[in-house]
Amino acid sequence: MSRNDIHPMDKLIRADRMPHIWCSGCGLGTNFSCFLSALDQSGLDTDKCVIVSGIGCTGRIPGYTNIDSYHTTHGRAIPFATGLKLANPELTVTVFSGDGDLFAIGGNHFIHAARRNVDINIICVNNFNYGMTGGQYGPTTPLDAITTTSPYGNYEHPFNLVHVAAGSGAVFVARWTSLHVRRLTKSIKEALLKKGFTFIEIISPCPTSYGRRNKLGDGLEEMKYYQKNSVISHGIDPKDTDLDLNGKIVVGKFIDIDKPTFLDKQPDLLSMAEKNKK
Amino acid sequence: MQFVLLWTTGMDYWRKPLDIDRYKIPHGTIHIIKDRCKGCNFCIEFCSNKVLEVSDEFNAKGYHPPQVKDPAGCVACKLCELICPEFAIYVTEDKQETIPKEDPHEN
Repeated sequence: MSRNDIHPMDKLIRADRMPHIWCSGCGLGTNFSCFLSALDQSGLDTDKCVIVSGIGCTGRIPGYTNIDSYHTTHGRAIPFATGLKLANPELTVTVFSGDGDLFAIGGNHFIHAARRNVDINIICVNNFNYGMTGGQYGPTTPLDAITTTSPYGNYEHPFNLVHVAAGSGAVFVARWTSLHVRRLTKSIKEALLKKGFTFIEIISPCPTSYGRRNKLGDGLEEMKYYQKNSVISHGIDPKDTDLDLNGKIVVGKFIDIDKPTFLDKQPDLLSMAEKNKK
Repeated sequence: MQFVLLWTTGMDYWRKPLDIDRYKIPHGTIHIIKDRCKGCNFCIEFCSNKVLEVSDEFNAKGYHPPQVKDPAGCVACKLCELICPEFAIYVTEDKQETIPKEDPHEN
């Protein structure tokens, strides 16, 4: 590669680590590109932005981002992010991780951070399986889907991540696919600038594990499937957004409310406690 | 469908927009960093003006990077830049003489 090749996003990626490890046809690079564009457009000071992830294919994203980044232990991205936010409230903290990391190993952390309304942004890339470890089924694998650990079809009911996030108390909930690049960028930008616990789910192709075993074709075929089967329904009740193996994908912005965050009442309480001490 | 194709591929309008003289369609130049490409074909498939195609050449990793088929068709929408998972394609907007935009509601 010649030294003159400079992509506009090279300022926000660690260009010396390119090409990244993700497979051809994987949606993660596209999601990452959308996040960087949103960060660029939001006008936030990148020195005051932090990106945190757990383990998995998606967990590699902070390693490729040229801002302060943390690649933490499996499932514990949200506790690390909460700690960062509490220690330095002026940071914009984003957790970028996969569905297995955030909802299986780190499920409890997710619901309690959402309940407390900690001011962090969660971006969850959902590829319906554990891609990095060989395509085992996880908490989002649809019924009857074939994975390495469910060769005759998955019989466990999956999580509807949008419904989980809304039910746990997130103030901003949206879902897009890797194909909806403009809408996804806009949603991430909104989430970055919003106060409170925001959640964005990105449905993303995994051509090597999930797509191959379920005969969904390569990454391009999966993207065409999203183009044909996505239904944009803003503001729909999150309980109506279940995903099936070969069904429609309901996308859109479902929740956008305001409520006090975890840190909002703390200064008042602190001054009250100090007054009582005297 | 034919109307839509005409609208997107050429400057041959099925209905001449009333304010056409006040707007100029932007034009972009596509830059491809060939050795970053992994041949997913997202940019080729989702370019709305079908400006790109698969090339016959190989890059360092053995993939076929895209090549520009129709340089005049690029309107600098930058969708390929956003959708490319590899940061391997980008678009620079060509400078054109600007047409002063008048407010149509101004008397």
